[in-house]
Amino acid sequence: MRPLRRRRARRDPAPSRLRYRLTRLWLSPWARRGLTVVLPAALLIALAAGQLRRPEIRAAIAAAAADLRATIEARPEFRLTRLEVVGGSAALRAEVTEAAGVGLPVSSLAIDIDAIRRRVAALGAVADARVSVSAGGTLTISVTERVPVAILRRGGALGLIDAEGHLIARLAARAARPDLPLLAGAGAEAAVAEALELVARAGPVAGRLRGLVRVGERRWDLVLDRGQRIMLPERGAAEALDRVMALQRSQGVLDRDVTRVDLRDPARPVLRLGPRALRARRDGMHPDGEDT
Amino acid sequence: MSLRLFESQRFMRDRLRAALRRGTLGVLDIGSSKIACLVLKVDPERLAALPPPGRRAQAGLDAIRVAGFANTQSRGVAMGEIAAMDEAERGIRTVLARAQRHAGERVDQVVVCFSGGEPRSYGVSGEAEVAQGEVAAADIGAALAACELPDFGQGRDVIHAQPVNFTLDHRTGLSDPRGQVGARLAVDMHMLTISHAAIRNVAQVVRRCDLELAGIATSAYASGLAALVEDEMELGAACIDIGAETTSVSIFLRRHMIFADMIRLGGAHVTQDIAHAFAAPLEDAERVKTKHGECHATTRDDRELIELRRIGAEREVERRVITRTDLIGVIRPRMEEILEEARLSLDAAGFDCLPSQRVVLTGGGSLIPGLETLAAGVLDRQVRTGRPLRIQGLPQAAAAAQFAALVGLAAHAVRPQDECWDFELPEREGPLRLGRALRWLRQNW
Repeated sequence: MRPLRRRRARRDPAPSRLRYRLTRLWLSPWARRGLTVVLPAALLIALAAGQLRRPEIRAAIAAAAADLRATIEARPEFRLTRLEVVGGSAALRAEVTEAAGVGLPVSSLAIDIDAIRRRVAALGAVADARVSVSAGGTLTISVTERVPVAILRRGGALGLIDAEGHLIARLAARAARPDLPLLAGAGAEAAVAEALELVARAGPVAGRLRGLVRVGERRWDLVLDRGQRIMLPERGAAEALDRVMALQRSQGVLDRDVTRVDLRDPARPVLRLGPRALRARRDGMHPDGEDT
Repeated sequence: MSLRLFESQRFMRDRLRAALRRGTLGVLDIGSSKIACLVLKVDPERLAALPPPGRRAQAGLDAIRVAGFANTQSRGVAMGEIAAMDEAERGIRTVLARAQRHAGERVDQVVVCFSGGEPRSYGVSGEAEVAQGEVAAADIGAALAACELPDFGQGRDVIHAQPVNFTLDHRTGLSDPRGQVGARLAVDMHMLTISHAAIRNVAQVVRRCDLELAGIATSAYASGLAALVEDEMELGAACIDIGAETTSVSIFLRRHMIFADMIRLGGAHVTQDIAHAFAAPLEDAERVKTKHGECHATTRDDRELIELRRIGAEREVERRVITRTDLIGVIRPRMEEILEEARLSLDAAGFDCLPSQRVVLTGGGSLIPGLETLAAGVLDRQVRTGRPLRIQGLPQAAAAAQFAALVGLAAHAVRPQDECWDFELPEREGPLRLGRALRWLRQNW
């Protein structure tokens, strides 16, 4: 018997032309990437940009961000309660504490460690500074202090300098540090080590030494009281000074009326006599001066 | 030779090379009973590492992988030619959409094979002086251009034109004379023409599917490439591809196809015979053919009964019962007829003169059991049934004999053998002065 319902005709499996083209489009890599990545991304960006144009939303976002930051910063794990300065004299420590400019307590996220280090290192008396946050909420600043070894006169002002010629602090009066030698002249700070050696060798006239003058940024003059000057050569200054000191010890050269001892040419040391000695020499007398 | 088709063949070669570089290629077999498609992924590095194409025709199969396969019942194709454009287009759209989805990749270039268009084979030869003492591609081109073309009539076009043999001075049997020294180069070329309309229709249907045609081949050639093994191709063998409505015959010798023909008979005619004989619907006839078909009857087959519906039967229960012997009695004469036709074709081509005369049966029609013995008797030669070569990733469903042309086409597409249009032919009359000047420069500097 023929079935009552007609059998359904088999569907044509061929895709319609539109469907075929869409399938092919979907299979091409650029179209697929465009639809799955670029288009959604563009939509999201457009949406976000549209929302961000409204000032109240921007303000709300900024407020939320600030709030979040404040919450994190306020956590006890980040709080600094103590400032510890390690190294240097008490006066320097006080100075460093002041220079650090940290108002405690403060969150460790809120401070700029590099800026603190720069501020502390900028102090004249500080050779090197290290700043660290250690456990337990302590901000540690370890400093290396500069040691003043001489006084530098520049113009009318006096200053303390260390062995490297670095200016540590201003000095009000020479009398404040009578233990340190006085250096003057252009380029004096560049040869502090040499000057200190000369001072050490000038033992016999230590009491009379007024200071050292750098001449022409290349050699030293030792200035004694009564206007006496020992002019040292550029090279071998220490040996030349030793010779003068030997003369002083044996013959007391510098106690006589001599204004200059010129050793700039090691082969020809020259003494310049004072007016009294000159006169005595002219008169054939032999007061207390003698030339070489 | 129509210059326009020549140019378009060259154009298709360029497209094919571009597709191979890009790594994706579609292969389409438009048959009378089924349209099948493969999507190939090509590995350009492995392809470049293979030996030159002249040596191993099937070597290209190492470098490809099948990414997608689809197969559908064909519509609008008759006798291997497109008979209804819309229907054929829908069929091709179906397989392409499926194969693309299977591969997950879009296919833009396809290589197509079909069996129709009345292929006719010609052997031609030409001779030329070697210009530089050493044979160069240009000399081969000159020899090919000197070939005397037969009159293959109006409305026919050359689909294959392969130089199959070179003779340099007195040495013959060279497969590639390039680089050898000699004075006179002669070439034997096998030329296959098919009707212009068939090519035009295929090109049109491919264009309507938004695809680019990257090459066409006749399925006789394609199935031979897949079903024959290298030794058979070298020593000489014939491939008989029994399709649904057409049977393609091709002869290979020394790795080149030297003859191809098409017989307008096939497996569908067997089905029709069964339907006629038992007044059964075509659907049932096809079913009993594939399920119970045989070529040799035994006494046991008398006892084996087969139920068939009748055409226009009012009631489902109204069936007729036949024995298997009856069925074989219908199938066998038709198969014999097909094989006789094939034998005529082979004889006409001078298959007797070949050193080895093996015959390989393939195609859907070759799946009928017992055909090998029958064919050995009819053709009087050694016969075997050939299945296509294996390609990486080829689904089991596509490894059967009816897909020989499809697989062979893949081998052909990946590593096309030298065709006439791969050589630069000297122009007989030169409208392009600049091109000639450039060629002169290239030859002399």
